[in-house]
Amino acid sequence: MIRLFANANYDFIKWRRIAFSITGLIMLIGAIDLVARGLNYSIEFTGGTLLQVESAKRVPTSDIRRELDNAGLNGAEIQTFGSDTSFVIRARIAHEAAADQAAEEAVGANVRRALDRSVGAGQYTVVRTEAVRPKVGRELQGKALTAILLSFVVTLIYLAVRFEWRFGLAAVVATAHDVIATIAFISVMRLEVSLIVVGAVLTVVGYSLNDTIIIFDRVRENLRKYRRQNLYEILNLSINETLPRSVLTHGTTIATTLALLLLAGEVIRPFAWVMTFGIFTGTFSSIYIAAPVLLWIEKRWPGEDARGARTLGSRAPTPQFAPPPATPPSSPSPRAPQPAR
Amino acid sequence: MGKIRQRLYAIGVLIVVSVISLVPRNVKQRVIEPGTGRMKDTTVRRLPINLGLDLQGGIHLALEVDQSKGPVPDCADAIQRAERVVRTRIDEFGTTEPVVQIQGRCRLIVELAGERDPARAKAVIQRTAFLEFRITDMKGVFKDALPQLDAALRKAGIKSRTAAPPSAVAQLFGDTSKTKAERDSAAVDANTPGVLSSLLFQGQMQGEYLVPEEQWPLVDSLINRPDVRAAIPRGIELRWGAQTESRGARAYRALYAVESRPIITGEELVKAVARRDQSTNQSIVAFQLSRRGARIFSQETARHIGDFMAIILDGRVQGQPPVIRGQIGANGQIELGTKPLQEASDLALVLRAGALPAPLTIVDEKSIGPSLGADSIKDGVRAGVVGVVLVIVIMVGYYRMSGALAVAALTLYCLFTLAGLAAFGFTLTLPGLAGFVLSIGIAVDANVLIFERIREELVHGKSLRLAVDDGFLHAMNAIVDSNVSTVLTALILYAVGTGPVKGFAITLIIGIAASMISAIFVVKTLFLIWLNRRPDMVTLSI
Repeated sequence: MIRLFANANYDFIKWRRIAFSITGLIMLIGAIDLVARGLNYSIEFTGGTLLQVESAKRVPTSDIRRELDNAGLNGAEIQTFGSDTSFVIRARIAHEAAADQAAEEAVGANVRRALDRSVGAGQYTVVRTEAVRPKVGRELQGKALTAILLSFVVTLIYLAVRFEWRFGLAAVVATAHDVIATIAFISVMRLEVSLIVVGAVLTVVGYSLNDTIIIFDRVRENLRKYRRQNLYEILNLSINETLPRSVLTHGTTIATTLALLLLAGEVIRPFAWVMTFGIFTGTFSSIYIAAPVLLWIEKRWPGEDARGARTLGSRAPTPQFAPPPATPPSSPSPRAPQPAR
Repeated sequence: MGKIRQRLYAIGVLIVVSVISLVPRNVKQRVIEPGTGRMKDTTVRRLPINLGLDLQGGIHLALEVDQSKGPVPDCADAIQRAERVVRTRIDEFGTTEPVVQIQGRCRLIVELAGERDPARAKAVIQRTAFLEFRITDMKGVFKDALPQLDAALRKAGIKSRTAAPPSAVAQLFGDTSKTKAERDSAAVDANTPGVLSSLLFQGQMQGEYLVPEEQWPLVDSLINRPDVRAAIPRGIELRWGAQTESRGARAYRALYAVESRPIITGEELVKAVARRDQSTNQSIVAFQLSRRGARIFSQETARHIGDFMAIILDGRVQGQPPVIRGQIGANGQIELGTKPLQEASDLALVLRAGALPAPLTIVDEKSIGPSLGADSIKDGVRAGVVGVVLVIVIMVGYYRMSGALAVAALTLYCLFTLAGLAAFGFTLTLPGLAGFVLSIGIAVDANVLIFERIREELVHGKSLRLAVDDGFLHAMNAIVDSNVSTVLTALILYAVGTGPVKGFAITLIIGIAASMISAIFVVKTLFLIWLNRRPDMVTLSI
């Protein structure tokens, strides 16, 4: 029997300040980047025209860029997509007034003409096109925002029903941390924010919450079981007890997201990036955000557990960490190993 | 033992149902026969899982009522009527399982899978296809009113910027003294020719005027001015010809003055077929009118023998208006000149389906080539296989026999998820495929939670059987809690998302439901069988 971290006994909570600084730094970098460059929204959200082109031979993007400029599409972006014979060209529409169907079709025709001149007519195939009016893009922005807010409200309600409010608040803070950290990651990595990426962020929210809930479930259980220990110790104990599960589950999930990231192609890559990062931040936040925040909330608003089990934690946190025994003596009378029938 | 048998029956039923829902079946598809260009039904045998546009290629269009040329008061009603027309058109268009649905109040979504010619599809969908027959201005009412139109323009301060050189006109119409005379009469004030009348040249028939091609936009803007429109006599409307015509060396566009009252419209049309006229080599659309339509048509044509009749489609006059030689009954034809037969058959198609209540404009268009979709499937499946293998290695490597049981359950999980997609008719998209791969990683979480619990119970000294029972029991809380939170976010995504993202949410939800069944029920059953087979077992391979 392989047992990873079987009797793990790490003082996770002790490192909370360092953890806060690290995540704070990441968020700060993200915030600066966000203000400086802004998010890279997809055509779906901004409106505009997109063409994905496979060319027969390698063509430097600078050639295509020059022809695009000649065609009057100065704002158009061009980038390679997965391989150097695959390009994506995006032309966003700046002026709402000019955005009717004819204008959009003209942009598409201009891009094709520029490609004819740079790549050569018949030397490329257009494999994907998108043409979105800014109006539709704005609607989608609203929808995405609604989705994120709604998911927050719904999880809040769920947590309120399922847990005591202090647990719920801590879980929400952890989830908010994940969203912010993920947005910082998206910004720094220049990932294109499409609806799929928004979907990935929401999935990260669900995944991270899932992780937090599993630790909190254990905390709740241990609070009832070990009435002598304070919350600090109980949190550490619970995190350590759930550590093998965390390692295994995150291991399998990381395995699948890495497979997606490396093998599932360019279209899914931003999604896979966000999910992979999300698993890290979700794991991190369950341990280093949710638990310390719960500890902090308890200090501020000490009180009876919702289930009346006991007063959450004693006021004085132990100056030095007293590790709870792996098989605590206070546990219900251990059964003698019974020989199986 | 009886309990195990019941569980096995339940699992067996689930497997049988899943397999049945995944058996390849015959699907009827309408496709275009390559030779004739006609529609025919074929049956194709395939897996009953719908693939999204991003996986099989195709186009997605969102259309709205075009308000740019005039407000449409009730867009919801217009879209509802447009939906029926577009559906009829698309059904004949020859794509498999087209989607035509109203989104929100005033938006129409059209999805055509596998369609390779977006431009043609757009043309068929967007064409208003309003057909009408009108008699041209036989009495010359418009011509008589031209001075008033010119006066209106003069009042607005518009001067004749580019009067056509008279020589060109003389050259063109020199042989027919009649038209020359008419031109003279049209330009009443010879010294200061009116802006409009100097641009219009009398055509070969009453009510037909020719405008040099390069002046066409100018004239179009002039006749659409409100002050000019007010000066056009009652009962008369102006319509442009559909094509440029060349007379001598120059290209002209015909402008027709026609009666405002159509003698008949496309509503009365019951049949339309495209064919090529053998003698003239023209593409034509032959049509047939309903009995009521034929009665009206024959009455009207009887009254107008010798008059010219303009065939107007979507506000443009098709070809040269023919002269009515005698009473016309139920049958007629529209001549399209040298245009390809494909265009004629598309026109016949839209005429059969009927006119759109209002013009539609495309607000969102996405098209994906079939090769890209095939690549996506290939890459997605490859990632899925690698992901599954990694998960199997981790699970069996760490939990040994128990892990193997979990992996066995995982295959059932895949079966159930795919069957769920097929049974409820949901669509598998590329993000859905990613969601499926991702949920394989998440699906084993329930088993990990259970196995870790069992290990803990064993450490606490419980007997094997008790440890297994308690492990399942105590892990339930955490499993349910954690999955509910994921399902909640997925439901929101489903409600808000479009196409591909909906597919992601659906696979996630179905995947979680399937993992609940496989990870808890199936694995528990396997454990029970295992423990029963080996009652002497002392240590659990976990």
